[in-house]
Amino acid sequence: MSTVAYDSTAVLGRHLRRIRHSPGVVVLTQTMPITMLLFFGFVFGSALATPGQEYRAFLVPGLLAATAAGGIMTGMFQSSQDVQRGVTDRFRTMPMSRIAVPLGQTAADLLTTAIGMVPLVLVGLAVGWRIDGGVPGALGAFGLLLLFRFATNWVGAYLGLLIRNEEIAGQLGSVTFVLPLLSNAYIPTDGLPGWLRVVAEWNPISAVAAAVRDLCGNASPSADAAWPLANPVSSALLWGLVILAVFVPLTVRAYTRSGE
Amino acid sequence: MSRMDTTYTVLSEGLEKRFGGVHALRGLDLAVARGTVCGVLGPNGAGKTTAVRVLTTLSAPDGGSARVAGHDIVREAAAVRLAIGVAGQYASVDGELTGRENLRLFAKLLRLRGAAGRARADELLERFGLTEAADRAARTYSGGMRRRLDLASSLLTRPQVLFLDEPTTGLDPGSRGQIWTAVRELADEGTTVLLTTQYLEEADRLADDIVLIDHGRAAHRGTPAELKSLIGSYAEAVLPEDATQPVFLTAAGVLDRLTGAEPVIDREHRTVGAMATGGTLTLPRIVRELDAAGVPVMDASLRPPTLDEVFLRLTGGAGATATAAGTSGPARPVSRTAGEERAA
Ligand SMILES: Nc1ncnc2c1ncn2[C@@H]1O[C@H](COP(=O)(O)OP(=O)(O)OP(=O)(O)O)[C@@H](O)[C@H]1O
Ligand SMILES: [Mg+2]
Repeated sequence: MSTVAYDSTAVLGRHLRRIRHSPGVVVLTQTMPITMLLFFGFVFGSALATPGQEYRAFLVPGLLAATAAGGIMTGMFQSSQDVQRGVTDRFRTMPMSRIAVPLGQTAADLLTTAIGMVPLVLVGLAVGWRIDGGVPGALGAFGLLLLFRFATNWVGAYLGLLIRNEEIAGQLGSVTFVLPLLSNAYIPTDGLPGWLRVVAEWNPISAVAAAVRDLCGNASPSADAAWPLANPVSSALLWGLVILAVFVPLTVRAYTRSGE
Repeated sequence: MSRMDTTYTVLSEGLEKRFGGVHALRGLDLAVARGTVCGVLGPNGAGKTTAVRVLTTLSAPDGGSARVAGHDIVREAAAVRLAIGVAGQYASVDGELTGRENLRLFAKLLRLRGAAGRARADELLERFGLTEAADRAARTYSGGMRRRLDLASSLLTRPQVLFLDEPTTGLDPGSRGQIWTAVRELADEGTTVLLTTQYLEEADRLADDIVLIDHGRAAHRGTPAELKSLIGSYAEAVLPEDATQPVFLTAAGVLDRLTGAEPVIDREHRTVGAMATGGTLTLPRIVRELDAAGVPVMDASLRPPTLDEVFLRLTGGAGATATAAGTSGPARPVSRTAGEERAA
């Protein structure tokens, strides 16, 4: 096995072990979108013009996209905690591949998210969401969600290396909950005022949510929206790849120079 | 350079490190011979941690050069990392994992695979008295246990060079003793050790050579005995319980005349002392002169100084204050500078 694969697997094992020791944290993170689904879907849904069931079917892909965006928060928290507690420094004095620590960390997050999204999907199906795009569509949607999660987790890993303080990372993490609010995750963008609509349509979370809706046969892309929403599958794929292309090298550089 | 490499396992020349306006290392020269223990002493903010971080490739120097185990710390950082073990000033283990899991993880990353890694982990847990706590999350460990686990983590592969940044700070005497024993054993097995410490007793006990650093450069170096002889002996007289201030002042006057150094009066311990240089002063003479001046002497001594006293004297008293002395601003003069020190 190559050094990168060997070291990253060891780091991945470390993170999975941590989860095994305190599964509560993961369970709690995964329960959050389900709570939001039930709350928004039944409380807000009843106040909207759209029938409740239709709104809940709209909401599930949005919550899946928001969950994927949550990679920023977990990545930021994990990296800054490791820096603050000196674990990053210990790894940095060891003869290890320089990408292994962030790669093992983000790979572990990817695995947990892949499993953690299942309950949300099941509850979503139970409250009225449908997958009408067939198996390829569903797999494509799942793939895009995971790609986006992986990408945002690298963004978080990078920010955490700069923040270097887990309390601050925790505070900033809760701020990231605003990001899906500025997208089409919970509400359609058509009704938004001018500039806010532009922001929401270009928000990568919107592209991911729209791509899931498209691939699962929930809603077709709206042709009169901005390019990312008119072509959600391509734009969601592009967003994921571009973010990775920028943030993987940035993170490795920040890791290599951490604390200099 | 190659001849030097075989003699010195750690060799730095003119290392510089700046943090914004703070000049943390100002041309630090270090030379640690193979298989010896070098104690780096210095007040808070002197640059000890910075020196360790630069030498262990954690931080890039802004100037100067250094070789560790024969490899350049900048150009051959990966080779340096293969040769070193590091235990930093703050324990750096994963608190969510157990002690045993931490050691196995680091063993795996150091290519001690499978049974070999597990056996080595168990051996180190045993050696540092952590077997009982081995399967508890490290965050539940006491400070001393965490430091021991940290040290164990740095010893997994029997490194050629071991860097220890204040390895016993905050430990109880028992734990400190365990670490001292471990360090001595490693040195006897041929490991080169560079350790920083605030405890002069620790340097005295463990180090073959001592480097006193102040304001980011070596202010003095030598064996513990050489450093002590450099500033002479400490003359001290103990006065009776009921001695009054004028009596203390008379005694101080006598010691001032005999040693030429400024005496220190300690009313609490009823002592008057002064550093005697030159090696001509004798104990009978001190007692005679004090007696002649009418000072009732209960006890008197002329002894080698403790490293604390050496330290205070040679770093211009910086060690007495707990504040960071290395912050920006002109360096205060040190009372003496070693011959090899370069001009700023
Ligand atoms: N990352 C950093 N950013 C800014 N200044 C720093 C940084 N690291 C160290 N310094 C400064 O460099 C100087 C030397 O610090 P260093 O930690 O090396 O001292 P030290 O001898 O280890 O002190 P102590 O005994 O307190 O551990 C100090 O003035 C410190 O404030
Ligand atoms: Mg320090």
